[in-house]
Amino acid sequence: MTLFGFSRAQTIAFGILLILIVVSPLVLYPIFLMQVMCFSLFALGCNLLMGYIGLLSLGQAAYFGMGGYITAYAVQSLGVTPEIGIVLGGLTGAALGTVFGWLAIRRTGIYFAMITLALAQMVYFFAVEAPFTGGENGIQGVPRGKLFGLISLNHDMAMYWLVAAIFIAGFLLAHRIIHSPFGQVVKAIRENEPRAISLGYRNEQYKWLIFILAGAFAGVAGGTKSLVFGIATLTDVHWPMSGEVVLMVLLGGIGTTFGPIVGALIVIAMENYLASFGAWVTVIQGAIFMACVLVFRRGVIGEIGHRLKQAL
Amino acid sequence: MFMIFGKPAPLLFGQLLLGIINGSFYAMLSLGLAVIFGLLNIINFAHGALFMVGAFVTWGLLTYLGIDYWGALICAPIIVGGFGLLLERVFIRHIYKLDILYGLLLTFGMAELLQGLFTNYFGSSGVSYNAPDILNGVVNLGFMYMPVYRGFVIAASVIICGVVWFLIEKTRLGALLRAATENPTLVQSFGVNVPRLIALTFAGGVGLAGFAGVLAAPLYSVNPDMGSDLINTVFAVVVIGGMGSIGGAIITGFGLGIIEGMTKVFYPPGSAVVVFVVMVIVLLSRPAGLFGKVA
Repeated sequence: MTLFGFSRAQTIAFGILLILIVVSPLVLYPIFLMQVMCFSLFALGCNLLMGYIGLLSLGQAAYFGMGGYITAYAVQSLGVTPEIGIVLGGLTGAALGTVFGWLAIRRTGIYFAMITLALAQMVYFFAVEAPFTGGENGIQGVPRGKLFGLISLNHDMAMYWLVAAIFIAGFLLAHRIIHSPFGQVVKAIRENEPRAISLGYRNEQYKWLIFILAGAFAGVAGGTKSLVFGIATLTDVHWPMSGEVVLMVLLGGIGTTFGPIVGALIVIAMENYLASFGAWVTVIQGAIFMACVLVFRRGVIGEIGHRLKQAL
Repeated sequence: MFMIFGKPAPLLFGQLLLGIINGSFYAMLSLGLAVIFGLLNIINFAHGALFMVGAFVTWGLLTYLGIDYWGALICAPIIVGGFGLLLERVFIRHIYKLDILYGLLLTFGMAELLQGLFTNYFGSSGVSYNAPDILNGVVNLGFMYMPVYRGFVIAASVIICGVVWFLIEKTRLGALLRAATENPTLVQSFGVNVPRLIALTFAGGVGLAGFAGVLAAPLYSVNPDMGSDLINTVFAVVVIGGMGSIGGAIITGFGLGIIEGMTKVFYPPGSAVVVFVVMVIVLLSRPAGLFGKVA
């Protein structure tokens, strides 16, 4: 069975995922599930960087947040249809990723992380000042509109199927990227960069393209999220959001296929159910972060895969 | 009114002063980061949070123990440094053998945890702290009025930066530190307790953040976010300077503070992002940073 390059175990896991997507809105809030899927998409992009080419970006919030702003602005003020809005969000993420990636790939390791963080901070300041983002208030009351100008998305379940479609497409795309010849080179660069260079691969172009892809994933995720909630705010573009997505990847399992989804599910569920405890959510997140680094570096899916001796 | 480059002189000097003050904090924090990075090979993301802890300790010493500003200037860095020692012994030492990115992730978690804890206890608006009476008031410098406390902050930070520079570049202890940075195994074979040296270096670097926190307490509102707002800019400063040299970190810190202050005079909207713009320019022209060695 080589559907999309899935292994047997991955095909089963993918089947379970599809069943869960269909069944879970019957028992859980669609809004919550949509949030999980948006963040999964965000984390899948981040995992391309962290897991497969070995670059830690601490600035992913910039692409997520700006994607959200552009989608919200385009749908609300320019009156475009939601699918165009989301595409614009993704293009925004990709465009920002193109420029910032071009700068950031000049350094590696911690410098790369600090550069991405600093560039994202610049985007944050821009979002605070720029008139179209609405500053502290953000862009509120964004209409979901009609898909292709035909299907109203105001009903949560209509929106749910759209988000699910985007999520599955994104998931399969991420998986396809990794299991393409391009993806093999990307992993080679992660494992041994000097050797990949000596084999004639232009490592910087691979890093750059992965960075742009991660930005595009973040942009689509941010744009979709802004339509789900009808709001785009500074929270999505601020640095803790960059940390959150890294936490999702770390918790789910760096460099695993299904890890980012599980990580997003856990983090978002925690935020929703602990929301009444206020800043304790941050404390718990920080503690989980530390625990993952110290004793649980494989993450949930990584650990399960390790036990089952299967790549998930 | 006296004008310089078409701008009123008091405005220019006022912003220059604010720029130097910001620069002092950039310098002290990036210095601590550079010292820690040199020996531990980790970037301490929790540096900003520990700076914030330093400011809260200053406030707490006065409020709960009646220890005034001068006492805090000595006690707070020691307390924060001691706390850093604890963090190093309990958590950080376990990850030295791992990829250095894990150090960044671990300290990122610490920063979140600390910031969350302080937000829980003090709320996000924070508390206020007044400078001692002797440092209140202003002096007339002839060309401008300068609040005494601001002058004191600049002097204190220049002195502490000078002391750290001297310690590392000119003393036997510093020579040991630098040697351990180059080749820890060899230094250990000479009978130097390198793990202890590493732990104390972390404590020292973090103590420096605590000291900066004391200086900041009367200047800014003491709140849980004060460190994270600053540290992101400090990271840009570190990228610009490169972490190769102690002197480089100090010069870059003050230099960028001044550039930021001047931008506020000549193009106010640009002041929030000018440090990042400088970072981009440096990355394009000298990717290793102004004082950095090529990695």
